[in-house]
Amino acid sequence: MKKVIKYIMLDILRNKIVLAYMICLLLFSFGLFMVEDLPEKSLISILTLNLTLVPLVGIIFSTMYIYNSSEFIELLVAQPIKRKTIWFSMFIGLSFALSIAFLIGCGLPILIFSPNTQGLTMIVTGVLLSLIFVSIALFITVYIQDKTKGIGASLLLWLYFTILFDGIVLFVLFQLLEYPLENLIVGLSILNPIDLVRIVSLLKMDISALMGATSAVFRQYFTGSIGYLISYGILLLWIIIPLLLSTRKFIKKDL
Amino acid sequence: MERILTRVNLVFLIVFNCFISVEAATFHVKPDKDNLSIAQAVQKANEGDTILINQGIYLEHEITIDKPLTMIGVNRPVIDGQDKYEILFVKGSQVTIKGITFSNSGTSNYMDLAALKIMNTKDVIIQDCIFENNFFAIFTNNSQNVQYIGNHLISGREKGKASANGIHCWKSNHLIIQDNIIEGHRDGIYLEFVTKSKIENNQSIGNKRYGLHFMFSHDNIFNHNVFSKNGAGVAVMYSKRVEMVHNEFSDNWGRSAYGLLLKEINDSKVDKNLFTKNTIAIFADGANRVLIDSNQFVNNGWSLNINASSADAKITNNNFIGNTFDMATNGNLILKLMAGNYWDKYEGYDLNRDGVGDIPYRPITFYSIIIERNASALMLFRSFFVKLMDKAESLLPNLTPNNIKDDTPSIKRIKL
Repeated sequence: MKKVIKYIMLDILRNKIVLAYMICLLLFSFGLFMVEDLPEKSLISILTLNLTLVPLVGIIFSTMYIYNSSEFIELLVAQPIKRKTIWFSMFIGLSFALSIAFLIGCGLPILIFSPNTQGLTMIVTGVLLSLIFVSIALFITVYIQDKTKGIGASLLLWLYFTILFDGIVLFVLFQLLEYPLENLIVGLSILNPIDLVRIVSLLKMDISALMGATSAVFRQYFTGSIGYLISYGILLLWIIIPLLLSTRKFIKKDL
Repeated sequence: MERILTRVNLVFLIVFNCFISVEAATFHVKPDKDNLSIAQAVQKANEGDTILINQGIYLEHEITIDKPLTMIGVNRPVIDGQDKYEILFVKGSQVTIKGITFSNSGTSNYMDLAALKIMNTKDVIIQDCIFENNFFAIFTNNSQNVQYIGNHLISGREKGKASANGIHCWKSNHLIIQDNIIEGHRDGIYLEFVTKSKIENNQSIGNKRYGLHFMFSHDNIFNHNVFSKNGAGVAVMYSKRVEMVHNEFSDNWGRSAYGLLLKEINDSKVDKNLFTKNTIAIFADGANRVLIDSNQFVNNGWSLNINASSADAKITNNNFIGNTFDMATNGNLILKLMAGNYWDKYEGYDLNRDGVGDIPYRPITFYSIIIERNASALMLFRSFFVKLMDKAESLLPNLTPNNIKDDTPSIKRIKL
């Protein structure tokens, strides 16, 4: 397994897209910290970056990479290696490469300019988001054979998680205006890892005061030792469930 | 000749005697036991006398001044209420109190215990005093022409001891509250039924509830005050003709904090103030004919939250910089005028280069309307979707009220 991971990782790290992604993040983050005088304001801007660019690159890059290395996967399958090992190695290789790109691109500036719990939350959630979208990409590629369709599906899913889902949420909230919505909004936020990361990060910042009673509801569920367990547990589930589902499919799949 | 001399002598003696009785006597009070206590000195003193209190700690309480007196502390003596008693009552007019430290008054919500109580009197001056760790610091009741100048009031440091208002005034007029520093009280300055007063150059910082709280108080002027880090900011309620000029409202940050809360305020002026980092800089409910002119709004959550119950506000020549929301309202708000403000979010152009934007600016965004209607939508705060919708709405206004717009937005920051 180690050897397979090593090969995949070296292959990805040599890929210029990951390097470009890293440099892009680095420039953005340093730029934002330089322009704003208050680190918290830059952190909020970086949060937006985190919530759009990280999932996008995570899902698109992973999908493309797996489609492109289908021959390599077939080759590996022919070797005496368990399919499960191959698939996990794929996941670990991809997530490791993207996480390193994120840690250097965003993590480094954050650690330099804002080395506090807010910054740390941002780094941890950013890495988790990378892993979640790698896992979702694996799920897509294993179910959709056609490359074009697969990439289309991953783009649509990204669109769904960043924009469409929030639109649906808004619609639902207005449909149910007359009902108590406290528990509903917590439930809805769990259904989208991007929303959950946004809320968990905002709760760490002063700006959450603007969210009024809504922030109090989220605070009740997502902060404190049990709250962290819940919120980070859910994010981990977002990694584990697509990964396990795709693994099950990959083991039985006719390549 | 001898007779004439005696007569002259006699006249001289009479005149001299008269002079002595007119000139005020001075009493010295020292902390050692054999000497006069403050209460004894006050009792002995005649109208217009001066009592000098020397350095030291005095464990006295409920000293009552009911005649014109001047009480001056030499090297800042401390009168200690031992956490049980009230310290000083001023019931006579023309009393001046200077340079004394009042500390540790008793605490009771039922009795309104205060370090210094001024009751049913006029022409009192409280100057350069320090009030430490009291429940109410200065409690004024039904008085005129009271001046509070250069005092320092601190409370709320001791754990478990409640604190009430710093300068509390009820049913008084012509007060001057100037150059005071008030920290850690419940309300920094509290005015109720106080008219024609001037509140100037005070600093009200870190009070538990409001930095300044006043109700039913007409014709007052507030200028050059600093209200900062108070639990709920500044509340101005049920008053007419109030002028708020050159004040600084900052760091009133929290879920129910305001920079300035205007409730049922008529014909008032909010002019040349600075609002920084407040959750809501100005919250107006039922505020009619209020002029908001030449203020700076910097880094607030909401700059203006004006409810539709407020009519005919004028919002002119203000700077709005770095605020999360420039404006919010809950319904069909009618403004008298909104013009000439600088909005950092303005994206219009100025083709004829006259410094005035050619297209109007609409300060109310899609999202600020959404959350007014459905607070749960705050779940989407700072999400990409909301940014997108705000952008779309600003290009094609549909949901945002049509009449709330700045037709002549300034292109450049207004110099104030």
